[in-house]
Amino acid sequence: MNAPLLSVRDLKVHFPIRVGGVLQGRYKQLKAVDGVSFDLMPGETLGIVGESGCGKSTMGRAVLQLIKPTQGQVIWLGQDLAKLGAKQMRAKRQDMQIIFQDPLACLNPRITVGDIIAEPLRTFHPDMTSAEAKSRVQKLMQQVGLHPNMINRYPHEFSGGQCQRIGIARAMIVEPRLIVCDEPVSALDVSIQAQIINLLRDLQQRFQLSLIFISHDLSVVRHISHRIMVVYLGKVMEVADRDALYTHPRHPYTKALISAVPLPDPDQERAKQRIVLSGDLPSPLNPPPGCVFASRCPIRTELCATTPPVLEERSTDHHAACHHSE
Amino acid sequence: MTTVSQFEQTVPGGEIKGRSLWADAWARLRSNRAAVAGAIVLAIIGLASLFGPMLSPHDVGQVYRSYIKVPASTTAYPREAEIPDLLKTALRRSRADITSLDVDGDLVTLTLTAEREIDPRITRSVERNADFTNVQIIETSPDGLSLTMQMEVTRSYFLFGTDANGRDLLTRTLFGGRISLMIGLLATFVSLIIGVTYGATAGFIGGRVDSVMMRIVDVLYSIPFMFFVILLMVFFGRNIILMFVAVGAVEWLDMARIVRGQTLSIKRREFIEAAHACGVSTTAIIRRHIVPNTLGPVVVYMTLLVPKVILLESFLSFLGLGVQEPMTSWGVLISEGANNIVEAPWMLIFPATFLALTLFAFNFVGDGLRDALDPKDR
Repeated sequence: MNAPLLSVRDLKVHFPIRVGGVLQGRYKQLKAVDGVSFDLMPGETLGIVGESGCGKSTMGRAVLQLIKPTQGQVIWLGQDLAKLGAKQMRAKRQDMQIIFQDPLACLNPRITVGDIIAEPLRTFHPDMTSAEAKSRVQKLMQQVGLHPNMINRYPHEFSGGQCQRIGIARAMIVEPRLIVCDEPVSALDVSIQAQIINLLRDLQQRFQLSLIFISHDLSVVRHISHRIMVVYLGKVMEVADRDALYTHPRHPYTKALISAVPLPDPDQERAKQRIVLSGDLPSPLNPPPGCVFASRCPIRTELCATTPPVLEERSTDHHAACHHSE
Repeated sequence: MTTVSQFEQTVPGGEIKGRSLWADAWARLRSNRAAVAGAIVLAIIGLASLFGPMLSPHDVGQVYRSYIKVPASTTAYPREAEIPDLLKTALRRSRADITSLDVDGDLVTLTLTAEREIDPRITRSVERNADFTNVQIIETSPDGLSLTMQMEVTRSYFLFGTDANGRDLLTRTLFGGRISLMIGLLATFVSLIIGVTYGATAGFIGGRVDSVMMRIVDVLYSIPFMFFVILLMVFFGRNIILMFVAVGAVEWLDMARIVRGQTLSIKRREFIEAAHACGVSTTAIIRRHIVPNTLGPVVVYMTLLVPKVILLESFLSFLGLGVQEPMTSWGVLISEGANNIVEAPWMLIFPATFLALTLFAFNFVGDGLRDALDPKDR
């Protein structure tokens, strides 16, 4: 394989949170993302899964520098984005875009869809004539499955699925090389989900896009990703190719997640052995000293409570962070 | 694989005009009767104030010495019964007696007798009174002791009566409305520009900048308004520009707070983050995304601010700190009216009615706008 498009090294995002009273309050670090590393190849889709509050979205935003990482490097084609000034970073944004979870909330209600989609064009190509911008917007609207004659409508006149297509069109218009999809389908119903996922896959093939696809829905992630990263409490639990992860999960957390995916066949579904995790996600303000998953792990030992496991390669391109994975 | 073909079938060609949130609000506002009535009243008062003084036969500063504090009336002055008195006053120094007087419409025929010969230049002393024009001597007796004059009476209408200096109150009320509305609109506009820019900037940048900017607002808030105005008067003397400065300098503080609050809630919305991700600069985000979304409450506040400023101006003028003669405003007129409330109540009633109507109308429009722009609160 050729050089990675994006390399993330030891990325940490900590938020200072004020705890305690008004006078005696002090700041504690909330470790939303704590030491994440991965590579992304051109044209590849990396799925990131994890439960609510595990830092998936923060990670996606930190990669795009929408949230300044506390520590670590985000290397884009050999250049560390975290070290760039605001102006240089703004120029780089042409290559990396984001699609949001809430399709309606991410569109400014006061401006027309055409203006929303054209906004990146106006920023990155200020000399482009409005007629040219309009024709590009209309072409792209067609490509994402919106009728171009709706260019003068406002976001509230569209359905959720259509709004998501508008969001995708806005991200696509400057022909980026990376799109971070932050749960792009969780707010849509299932039939629309499939349309949007297929649209993304289609666009990816056509434009050689790399995607970082964040979701809590394993079936969706499986459908679209080449590689999948499982995240728990801001740390990577397991990274593997899609099929390897689904057929041979190595981390107990991944196993539990996969066992929770409902199967379409009711007989299989009934026969399936579910691994039910007890307890809740520990507070990211006070992560456990050892393995972060130890408090809920079915196979934990003394070792897990004291020593944090490292993410190690267990077989070719299959990494897991567990003391006891085979 | 996507559904382009379906869309093409269901939607016929031609671009569809969208309905913006503003268009929706406008439709809701138009269906609100009180607001529409308020808007119509405002339009009438506004147009009357703007063009009334130009169309009026009386100049704002024109003084009619003969008609001081005459009551409002739809018939013209002078009335027939008053003409002899007027002529007597005019001829007081001529030592001639009026022997016969005949009023026929606008034409007055007058015969004078005196013990000495009457100087024909007597016509000038009659003409000096602005009510009589075209004074002609039509007949002089051979001995010169008797003289017949003919003249035209100028009839003037004072629909709202006149003030203590004999000036037409209708013209002055309309002219005062011009000043009051202008101060109201201009001061509101000034506070809108400063307040929105300041508030949006403070709210959007946030953090320490926000704290410092809002503490400055707090400090300005704590200056007593009257003290501030009197201080300005002492330093710069009385003038109308100072009114704008004083009112604008105080009223933008509220606006800045409102806009800042709105901005704080909007800047966490996802479309702002999307704009960041699209590489839009901070100023463009404030201008294109934040400000249009804060304008709803701002417009409502503006319609309520205009009457507030008008009232403030009236208050200052009432205290004698505002508009100075020969300019006038509703506040000045009301102040004069209040001093003459017993002998000339029309001097208070008319300007006060105009002021109250305007305030009512603005409030109705403001309420209508609030309902129209924020239908969720209903």
